[in-house]
Amino acid sequence: MTKPKESNVAPPARRRLSWNDPGTRSIFYQVLALLAVGGVVWFLVHNTMSNLSARNISTGFDFLNREAGFAIGETPIAYSPASTYGRAITVGLLNTLRVALIGIVLATLLGTLIGIARLSSNWLIRKISSIYVEVMRNVPLLLQLFFWYAIISETLPGPRQALHPLPGVFVSNRGMQMPTVHGDGLLWLLVGVLAAIILMIVMAKWARKNQEKTGQIFPVLRWSLVLFFVVPVVTWLLSGTTMTLDVPELKGFNFVGGMTLSPEFAALLIGLVIYTAAFIAEVVRSGIQAVNRGQWEAAEALGLKRGQILRLIVLPQALRVIIPPMTSQYLNITKNSSLAVAIGYPDIVSVINTTLNQTGQAIEGIMMIMAAYLTVSLSISVFMNWYNKRIALVER
Amino acid sequence: MSTPTQLVSTEKAPSSSVGVLAWMRSQLFSSPINSLLTILSVWLLLATVPAMVDWFLISANATASTADECRKSTGACWAMIVEKHRLILFGLYPYDEQWRPMIATGILVGSIILSGWRKLWNIWLLVVWTVSLTVVAILMWGGMLGLTYVENTQWGGLPLTLILSTFGIALAFPLGIVLALGRRSNMPAIKSICIVYIELIRGVPLISLLFMSAVMLPLFLPEGMSIDKLLRAQIAIILFAAAYMAETIRGGLQAIPKGQFEGADSLGLSYWQQMRLIVLPQALKIVIPPLVGLFIALFKDTSLVVIIGIFDLTQAAKAALTDQAWRGFSVEVYIFISAIYFVFCYSMSKYSQSLEKRLATGHER
Amino acid sequence: MADAIIRMKDVNKWYGKFHVLRNINLEVAQGERIVVCGPSGSGKSTLIRCINRLEEHQKGQIIVDGTEITNDLRDVEAIRREVGMVFQHFNLFPHLTVLENLTIGPIWVLKTPKAEAEARAMKYLERVRISEQALKFPGQLSGGQQQRVAIARSLCMDPKIMLFDEPTSALDPEMVKEVLDVMIGLAEESGMTMLCVTHEMGFARKVADRVIFMDQGEIIEENKPEAFFDNPQNERTKLFLSQILH
Repeated sequence: MTKPKESNVAPPARRRLSWNDPGTRSIFYQVLALLAVGGVVWFLVHNTMSNLSARNISTGFDFLNREAGFAIGETPIAYSPASTYGRAITVGLLNTLRVALIGIVLATLLGTLIGIARLSSNWLIRKISSIYVEVMRNVPLLLQLFFWYAIISETLPGPRQALHPLPGVFVSNRGMQMPTVHGDGLLWLLVGVLAAIILMIVMAKWARKNQEKTGQIFPVLRWSLVLFFVVPVVTWLLSGTTMTLDVPELKGFNFVGGMTLSPEFAALLIGLVIYTAAFIAEVVRSGIQAVNRGQWEAAEALGLKRGQILRLIVLPQALRVIIPPMTSQYLNITKNSSLAVAIGYPDIVSVINTTLNQTGQAIEGIMMIMAAYLTVSLSISVFMNWYNKRIALVER
Repeated sequence: MSTPTQLVSTEKAPSSSVGVLAWMRSQLFSSPINSLLTILSVWLLLATVPAMVDWFLISANATASTADECRKSTGACWAMIVEKHRLILFGLYPYDEQWRPMIATGILVGSIILSGWRKLWNIWLLVVWTVSLTVVAILMWGGMLGLTYVENTQWGGLPLTLILSTFGIALAFPLGIVLALGRRSNMPAIKSICIVYIELIRGVPLISLLFMSAVMLPLFLPEGMSIDKLLRAQIAIILFAAAYMAETIRGGLQAIPKGQFEGADSLGLSYWQQMRLIVLPQALKIVIPPLVGLFIALFKDTSLVVIIGIFDLTQAAKAALTDQAWRGFSVEVYIFISAIYFVFCYSMSKYSQSLEKRLATGHER
Repeated sequence: MADAIIRMKDVNKWYGKFHVLRNINLEVAQGERIVVCGPSGSGKSTLIRCINRLEEHQKGQIIVDGTEITNDLRDVEAIRREVGMVFQHFNLFPHLTVLENLTIGPIWVLKTPKAEAEARAMKYLERVRISEQALKFPGQLSGGQQQRVAIARSLCMDPKIMLFDEPTSALDPEMVKEVLDVMIGLAEESGMTMLCVTHEMGFARKVADRVIFMDQGEIIEENKPEAFFDNPQNERTKLFLSQILH
């Protein structure tokens, strides 16, 4: 068979500057769109500038170095009304991160538990968890926050009649006081925890190699738990250092010593966790149900035990379905923590709001709020896309 | 040729596998762990439910005329709700004219229910909504047809929550469609503009948008022009809803097989004809369940306007609580309002689930 | 039968009130090949799924290789090690490669070292003529290839009994032959006891020692293939055969 002759004819020239050419039309529409958007943006900016100068408000971020002049209820780092606005905003950011991170951990635990409960073979457990999910999902979060805050500030007793559920723990309408630990011993305990984690990883690796060689299965989970609890304690004892307990005591009208969880923080955390756990429960449930019944049956037919089936077959497939919506719930907790401004917890929105009101630097303030949340959202989106590509099931 | 197969006499299943006792055995006590869980749950329920029922109903007081009388009983003080229900439901609307927001609420709820009727899913739905939204606007504002003018700062409570959500979704709908189509477009400029808008809005909390509208919108407008607070909030809600709607509609567009577009192309239809006649009707039908979910979420999110000082249903709760004479009954008020939200959201979500089941049958092979 | 490897005595099963297996009495000798056929809803799948306890029977006895199936988990586990099953919808694990699908059972249930498990897996993959796909994922294979992998996966556990639940019903017509060839090869080369629920009557004629016809939960007729197909006794059997052999 002879090779077809190379064509000498060039393809017809495409660009025709006519309305009927789709390329021309597309360029025209795009230019139109850009002009429209650009025009609107210019209009808004122009108005803003003139309005700002009419009210004698300067632009720029210099105000961040000025003295703040307002107090903040909760300060993870040192702060006083004499500190700068910049520092105040940092405190707000730390408060947001604090409640968001703890909220994510607790909501995941509670939500996973409830999600599994919804699939339980026990009718009572199924019904109770279903009711929980339906009620929590259909009442606005803001209302739930008000509710929890009202319960904490109205129904809990005053400091003098504080509830005393555990030694050193007091619950009153001023919040919850807990004992804290001080001293070098704490450092050694944490070193021990780190050592335990490293040992657990080493043991798991060894167990896997051993199984590949001899086929024997080593009870990694059991020994990991032992390591986790024993090694830190042993490390601390060997170090010979001491730890002191700082127990809160009632002095006069209030508590001194120990650690305090303010009513605002508690209400925000409880509200966020209980609300988001309901959504996470649904995500977990649909993930587990997404795994075909046939997978269970095939694994059972091979003789795998229930724990092995969950670990090797079902959970890997379920997690693929669970993780994307789960991360969007994490994003929601972070965004929803902004409701703190309604119950007086000083998160970043609340602090910037105060700053905004005092300095009139509305644009800069709002830009900072949006920048902070956008950074979190976009990083989570990027992570999501990467993760999805990596674990996608290979298909034709 | 063959005789019909004879029914073999049926032996009854052993009594240990059917009946109430069997149900309890398999559902409640099927294993040691399950039995333990059942016992724990029953104990938990017994510890809390009777006390709650007592507080809710038995010891509750619904007829007291003053707060002190109510405080004497140990149960819930529903008398406060009876006393304050007009304030909670209708806000600061003039007392004599409150029949107007009541009718407006009825019209909005009725339109929402009508929208669920599948026979109405065509151009008539648009007509129904245009008419009802106009009528609602006239009723609330007044100033014509003999109705006295009521400024929108006096609007409040349930009608306002409904208005913010329904106007929000209704006006976000066309914007969402445009954004979704733009995001799928082949023209890079338009695609980028839509992506930037959608990701920006979805990445920030609604509160920041509400603040932005409350604080920045006045700055955006030329001197002398001003927009009232309610309209600012409404604009923010519309822009917010449009971004989420765009993503949902985009999902529906992605589910349309390529063959539909190719079929329309081969018929010689223009882009907008394709969209209007072939693609969008199918895509929108697919995304109705998630859109209902969006509406439920938006309905709940309108409660945030409390923070910028607008008098919606949640704010009405706070207002009722500021009355010093009826101090300390926040829990009753919050439960009442939660019940209202719950009834709306739960019925919509149940509707959406049943809808999903019915629509799914059409798409199975 | 003295050396029956499967013994079912007066087995009854109900789904709620629905009597799905009625007084099943069946004995299968070691090395016997049995084909079970019948109209849909006759309980034939339920019957073989009771043998490896994927379904529970409420009355009667099922004894597999000397062990009776009870609620005791250890008995069930012991039986499942001896019984392999091939499903209508393959049920391969999509997140594992073909090789990993085959070795997961030996490694985690039989506690076989990895190298030995992989060698065994490659041996069976060659047996079903699919060894070049060892590192692919199930999603990349055709239906016929997936079912052959599923058969190899069960064989890796060295079972004494193989159960097939309509193994070719979900396949496109051009792939049915490749799977049936594997099953015929299995029957001819190994002394495996096989119970197969299928509509493939050509396979039954070639391989089966006995054909069993079920209807409405009962065993209506059983016979050697030639006698069964050429001279059915019961009216219902005749009706069924006239419907599927056209």
